[in-house]
Amino acid sequence: MAERDVVFRVKRYRPESGGKPTYQEYRIPYRDDMVVLDGLNYIKDQVDPTLTYRWSCRMGICGSCGANVNGQPRLTCGTYIRDVHRGAVTIDPLANFPILKDLVVDFDDFLEKLASVTPYIVREESTDLTKEFVQYPEDVEAYRQQSLCINCMLCYAACPVFGASPEFVGPAASALALRYIRDTRDEGSDQRLARLNTKSGVWECTFVGECSVVCPKNVDPAAAIQTLKVLATMRHMRRLLMPGAASR
Amino acid sequence: MERAAFDIVIVGGGAAGLRAAIAAAQSDLDLSIAVVSKVYPMRSHTVSAEGGTAAVLRDYDSLELHALDTIKGSDFLADQDAVEFFVARCPKEILQLDHWGCPWSRDPDGRVSQRAFGGMSVKRTVFAADKVGFHILHTLFQTSMKFENIHRFDEYFVTSLIVDGGVCAGVIAIDLRGGRLVAINGKATILATGGCGRVYEFTTNGFIKTGDGMALAYRAGVPLKDMEMVQFHPTCLPGTGILITEAARGEGGYLINKEGERYMQRYLPTKMELGPRDILSRSMIQEIKAGRAFEGPYGPYLGLDLRHLGAATIDKQLPMVRELAEKYMGLDPIHEPIPVRPGQHYMMGGVSTNSTGETTLPGLYAVGETACVSINGANRLGSNSLSECLVFGEWCGLAAAQYAKQRVAYPRGTATRETLRREEARVFDGLMGRERGKETLAGVRVEMQQLMERDVGIFRDEAGLADACGQLAKLRDRFSSVGLADKDRVFNTEMTGVLELDFMLDVAASIAHSALNRRESRGAHSRTDFPARDDANYLKHTLAYRTDGAPRIDYSPVKITKWQPVARTY
Ligand SMILES: Cc1cc2nc3c(=O)[nH]c(=O)nc-3n(C[C@H](O)[C@H](O)[C@H](O)COP(=O)(O)OP(=O)(O)OC[C@H]3O[C@@H](n4cnc5c(N)ncnc54)[C@H](O)[C@@H]3O)c2cc1C
Ligand code: SF4
Ligand code: FES
Repeated sequence: MAERDVVFRVKRYRPESGGKPTYQEYRIPYRDDMVVLDGLNYIKDQVDPTLTYRWSCRMGICGSCGANVNGQPRLTCGTYIRDVHRGAVTIDPLANFPILKDLVVDFDDFLEKLASVTPYIVREESTDLTKEFVQYPEDVEAYRQQSLCINCMLCYAACPVFGASPEFVGPAASALALRYIRDTRDEGSDQRLARLNTKSGVWECTFVGECSVVCPKNVDPAAAIQTLKVLATMRHMRRLLMPGAASR
Repeated sequence: MERAAFDIVIVGGGAAGLRAAIAAAQSDLDLSIAVVSKVYPMRSHTVSAEGGTAAVLRDYDSLELHALDTIKGSDFLADQDAVEFFVARCPKEILQLDHWGCPWSRDPDGRVSQRAFGGMSVKRTVFAADKVGFHILHTLFQTSMKFENIHRFDEYFVTSLIVDGGVCAGVIAIDLRGGRLVAINGKATILATGGCGRVYEFTTNGFIKTGDGMALAYRAGVPLKDMEMVQFHPTCLPGTGILITEAARGEGGYLINKEGERYMQRYLPTKMELGPRDILSRSMIQEIKAGRAFEGPYGPYLGLDLRHLGAATIDKQLPMVRELAEKYMGLDPIHEPIPVRPGQHYMMGGVSTNSTGETTLPGLYAVGETACVSINGANRLGSNSLSECLVFGEWCGLAAAQYAKQRVAYPRGTATRETLRREEARVFDGLMGRERGKETLAGVRVEMQQLMERDVGIFRDEAGLADACGQLAKLRDRFSSVGLADKDRVFNTEMTGVLELDFMLDVAASIAHSALNRRESRGAHSRTDFPARDDANYLKHTLAYRTDGAPRIDYSPVKITKWQPVARTY
């Protein structure tokens, strides 16, 4: 495979040395079968071991390796250099998150948001562990799409609402809320919808839709948020009409 | 925080660590549990498991048969009492995961589906499409959020165990973001740190699988068991090592050579593509040697042909296979065979434990891929590993909870402070102080990986293994002059890379020496100079103990309950 050169313009930020984030350029050889992560690894191993970024699975499933590549949030392990380079490839940390060092950003806030949508099965009474639930293939299909989220945070990096108001629960956490709401084994919709019906909940979303464009797993969080708005409204109406009646 | 104390400290947030954490947390809400992980738990490499997890759920199957398949697959090196314990508890774990919301694939009647897997004589493998590890991990991680007594230490890198008066008293870890060392004390400590695939060059394992827990225990005097038993998976993408799951063959995929022939008929006509992995990987190497492989930019490869399965089956049961082939090979398996070759995949060996996960160091437990109970013996059957993480994860979590409750006092401060000071001197003053010279982190790492690949791979012999042992000792010397360019304390991944290489060099030496000393062929350990299994001399577990020089090799008996070793024929 023919080798050519490409310039990686990588945003550097070193908290201990102070100062503002700056770009550093690296000219590296690449082949057509190299992804952006391979380029970063080449730099780390051969050129500059101080370059700092996260990665692990290199197969698009662990969700560690997100970065803004030429301004677009992407998984660096799933983005071919040949597809994004125009002489140079510009790599920034995922937008909208605090930078810890170089391409490493702080996601803790997301984990709190995830916890806030009750991301587990809720049952009123304990269940008989000796029996499996009956779930038909179409029941699984109903929540399958939202269950595919790898928590890569590309959608948050693409979301202008989250950028402007960081308290917004955001696309992935919303999609995961819907994933459990749609699961026939779950009885926790009410508390999730109550949570999402708050100021920091789904109503913040102005339906920009960028989240679904960048999502590498086709989770379609934008559609999930729209569905949640409908469900939250229905819940609200029901409570007005039938006070005291809990919804499932 | 310089020091924190918990009832139980769990190192690792993969399937094994999280299952243990939930079991302990649920058993007593007053117990405090720390989950310490060098990556956010949902990044753990469990996430990459594709094919499925085994359990007896149907009338056509039996515990007896699952046990027999496992023991035969292990080439009779598994401990049969542990296997019986294991198979009996797998079904409950599937149901437990069902109740926690795991999106298992379902049959039309609403029951959990099961598929065929290599070496399993009936359809026994439960799955969630071909993203089983991903779904199990996220289900466990999200369920763990229910428990207020589980405290996470995300992105804390453990550098050492704390041993106080012959008892394990927790760990020392680098808080990667804070750039400082902290002591996390526990009345009980569980290592659930996964495998060590990255000691090899061509592996299905992620970058984080560097055998840290194995080395941590080994350094504290705990033996590593059966380290020569390294599984090579037959179907990995050339170049990257990305795995194409065995489920592709479970669903009916063929392996073909360049003549288009299903070559397994030459090696294992009764099982064909659904033979155990050790046999399939060796058959591939033989096809390659016979000149019947395809040639590609990354060397010879064979074909995994799914075309006859059709688009509907591929999309429903193997969506990730299609996604990976399209993304990383630029081809659509509906129309073209996928290029594959064998690569390191899994460690049967690991920290020596009993069925409750106890090691020889009181207060220290190990579970999951990092441990060796052993139910896998000389060759693991696909889909037994996730089940192992779940079954023994629960059991180990409960055992550690029991143990912690019996120990009234938290560990004393003296040994902890001393270990903290020692690690500060070793890591931040020592390693970080070293200037960069001729030897580099990447250079030594690649040499180790290539050496292991060449001499401690699928086929082995005395000369190669002896050479590998010598070379590894030299690499250990050269490692001591690897310096660091990054002198910042915060999130120093060059530093963690050096610490991981340090761990891997210990682990690699234990593998090579254990392999050198087992002069027979059994399961995945295939010696060209000793091609036969030798029960008279080697029906026993290898135990490697760390010394200042070469590891000391010892042995322990294999537990046989009712299946006497017979020739492993299929
Ligand atoms: C590609 C692939 C496919 C597979 N498919 C299957 C399958 O279909 N069926 C099956 O049964 N098995 C499969 N396996 C095997 C199985 O996935 C693994 O054996 C299992 O997931 C291991 O889980 P674990 O919890 O032991 O470790 P891991 O999931 O690897 O977790 C290790 C944890 O330890 C932490 N850790 C490690 N070192 C440190 C340290 N120094 N400090 C702090 N934390 C640390 C990590 O952060 C991580 O959280 C597959 C494996 C691979 C690689
Ligand atoms: S919804 Fe998509 S983009 Fe957002 S975190 Fe999940 S997988 Fe990533
Ligand atoms: S490295 Fe795991 S998603 Fe990219």
